Amino acid sequence: MQLALTADEAAFRDKLREFYTTEIPSEIRARVRAGEGFHPDDLVGSQRILNANRLAVPNWPVEWGGQDWTPTQHQIWLDEMQLACVPEPLNFNTKMVGPVIAEFGSQELKERFLPPTANIDMWWCQGFSEPEAGSDLASLRTTAQHDGDSYVVNGQKAWTTLGQYADWIFCLVRTDPSAPKRQAGISFLLIDMSTPGITLRPIKLIDGSYEVNEVWFEDVRVPADQLVGEENQGWTYAKFLLGNERTGIAGVGRTKVRLAEAKKYAAQTKRGSGTLLDDPLFAARFAEVENELLALELTQMRVVSGSADGKPNPASSVLKLRGSQLQQATTELLVEIAGPDALPFGADIASPRWAQRAAPTYLNYRKTSIYGGPNEIQHNIIASTILGL
Amino acid sequence: MDFELSDEQVLLRDSARGLLTRSYDPESRNKVVDTELGWSRDVWGQLAEIGILGLTFETAGVGPIEAMVALTEVGRRLAPEPIIAAALTPGVLIAEAGTDEQRRLLERVASGQRLLAFAHTEPGMRWPSTEPATHAAHDGGSWTVTGRKNPVPAGDCADTLVVSAALPGGGVALFLVDADAVTRLKYRTFDGHRGAQIDLDQAAAEPLGDAVEATKVIRNAIVRTQSALCAEAVGAMEEALRLTTDYLKSRKQFGVTLNKFQALTQRAADMYVSLEMARSMNMYAAMSIADGNLDPVVASRAKLAVGQAARHIGQEAVQLHGGIGMTAEYPVGHYLARLTAIEQILGSCDDHLHVLIDRLGDYDVVTL
Repeated sequence: MQLALTADEAAFRDKLREFYTTEIPSEIRARVRAGEGFHPDDLVGSQRILNANRLAVPNWPVEWGGQDWTPTQHQIWLDEMQLACVPEPLNFNTKMVGPVIAEFGSQELKERFLPPTANIDMWWCQGFSEPEAGSDLASLRTTAQHDGDSYVVNGQKAWTTLGQYADWIFCLVRTDPSAPKRQAGISFLLIDMSTPGITLRPIKLIDGSYEVNEVWFEDVRVPADQLVGEENQGWTYAKFLLGNERTGIAGVGRTKVRLAEAKKYAAQTKRGSGTLLDDPLFAARFAEVENELLALELTQMRVVSGSADGKPNPASSVLKLRGSQLQQATTELLVEIAGPDALPFGADIASPRWAQRAAPTYLNYRKTSIYGGPNEIQHNIIASTILGL
Repeated sequence: MDFELSDEQVLLRDSARGLLTRSYDPESRNKVVDTELGWSRDVWGQLAEIGILGLTFETAGVGPIEAMVALTEVGRRLAPEPIIAAALTPGVLIAEAGTDEQRRLLERVASGQRLLAFAHTEPGMRWPSTEPATHAAHDGGSWTVTGRKNPVPAGDCADTLVVSAALPGGGVALFLVDADAVTRLKYRTFDGHRGAQIDLDQAAAEPLGDAVEATKVIRNAIVRTQSALCAEAVGAMEEALRLTTDYLKSRKQFGVTLNKFQALTQRAADMYVSLEMARSMNMYAAMSIADGNLDPVVASRAKLAVGQAARHIGQEAVQLHGGIGMTAEYPVGHYLARLTAIEQILGSCDDHLHVLIDRLGDYDVVTL
């Protein structure tokens, strides 16, 4: 057992740290550190710099821009990126559709889609959930009927995150409604968002932001060569994808940065004769969150260094569960630090900008225990897969 | 970064697990706990044979990780032998502060022939205080120590005591005191362990090393002890969760086994999450010591996390068993008792939280 990084790992970390803090524009990183909403241009600009240096899709096969790294190196890549406040490459591209195409797609699909996906010349969104298919994803109803050399898609997708920026959508569609098992009749289809028959409507969220969308498909003709892998095998690909979605979802580095910001503000906030950080009640809760985050960081290190093959591990449910809880706890602390200054929103007044953002962010982060498989589902996975219950 | 045990460590774990599994099932364990001694000299001898009694002081390069591995097995079986109290903690004090001749005593400790105890805590003195009211006096060529020590884990059976006492000119030193030179009131603790209240009335004492300030030696030994206690707690939590999941899979109500009820399985999943977080912090504490970093803050971080998990897992383990969990015959309640005791030894959760709060303004992010 050895706590420290090896000399090689430490050198690798230092190199990345230097790259992130010198090559990614400081104004982009400052906006991320301050938690200033979502800036699509920042994400695209940053991902293209990363991609030009083979740092956007290290999890992909080497021939498509990936890196032959150890699991620990992959974790360092992510941790340092988060600590340096570099916008993470778009998950839908790099962790979801890219790996699926690389693993299950034909050579033609790989050549056509992987390079622009890595470079975010194509912005992807995820067409999985539907109004009647949330956690119970296999009950999805959007259909795709084979008609000549195309599929005709009809139905509705829901909770399509950042769909308003997307050029393409990867969809789970039902190609065999009469399959004996619901999971058996599902296919994985790539669809250009500008295809006639697609309507997108952004949904306003409780923080006032627009992050998710509803997408309708009405007789949308999709060329059959945009099917990934084999027809009716989509469920297998989706499970592969969802396993990837949950890795790195803990957000340890991001929460660390946010907690450090919170501590800075608490030390500036007067309470009684001292500051909020001197207040034992507040300090106790803050120190507990810090300690729980350390426990999560160490657990993530254990999972990563133990998963030699890099395959998804049921322990990723533990990381997702605790990671989301601690992200939320941190946003709660920020609201409490802001106090009455949390009330105004978007005004150029005495209330500092971070304080004005605290409550909307808190509201927004309730999503973390819902997306990527809600925490109740993670509990079920832990109970059944790990504990055998 | 490597969280794997070495082959030798795996071997040690397997020997300890094998020995303790052979020695104790819940019924035989309860029987041994009810004897006057409260533990088994036969098992003690076998623990000595596989090298567990000298883990904190015997061999260079072997230590904290091995102690963690062994104590996890002790916790798993709730073995009542006072490994930490009668060997590891006082042993490392002698190893660090003792003269060559005093250190020779350790061979007999490691071989199981001599029992020690660290008489440190006093009425009204709580961790992290290291300022005892017990005081040492020097007269001619000899020292005496006077005061009351309580609770002293393993104080009931120890042959030799390592006693902390204030020096006449200030500071705290350590002394070796023969158990025959003191008055002791022996008792059983609520979790089945043993201890004693020890009164020293000008008891003849031999300075451990020179009669000099030993606060740092004491603090270091306490850090090691806290890590060992964390490991014992992790073993106990693991077994408490295993008992609980086994029970949920076998107990039937409403015509089905209890694992058909999500209200129960989701809570078991939370116990698992708590266990894994505590296990990580336990490893962190032991690995830090193995790196030569005897940082009390790291120990506090671990003991806080383990203490919180212990309460959660211990309480839920009994609750998910229902009535059977309340009975002394069934093992799960004994795990709750031991976990509760560990939380109150060398700093409670709140005590350790205070340590963290006091340093909160000194750094922006926690670094390993």
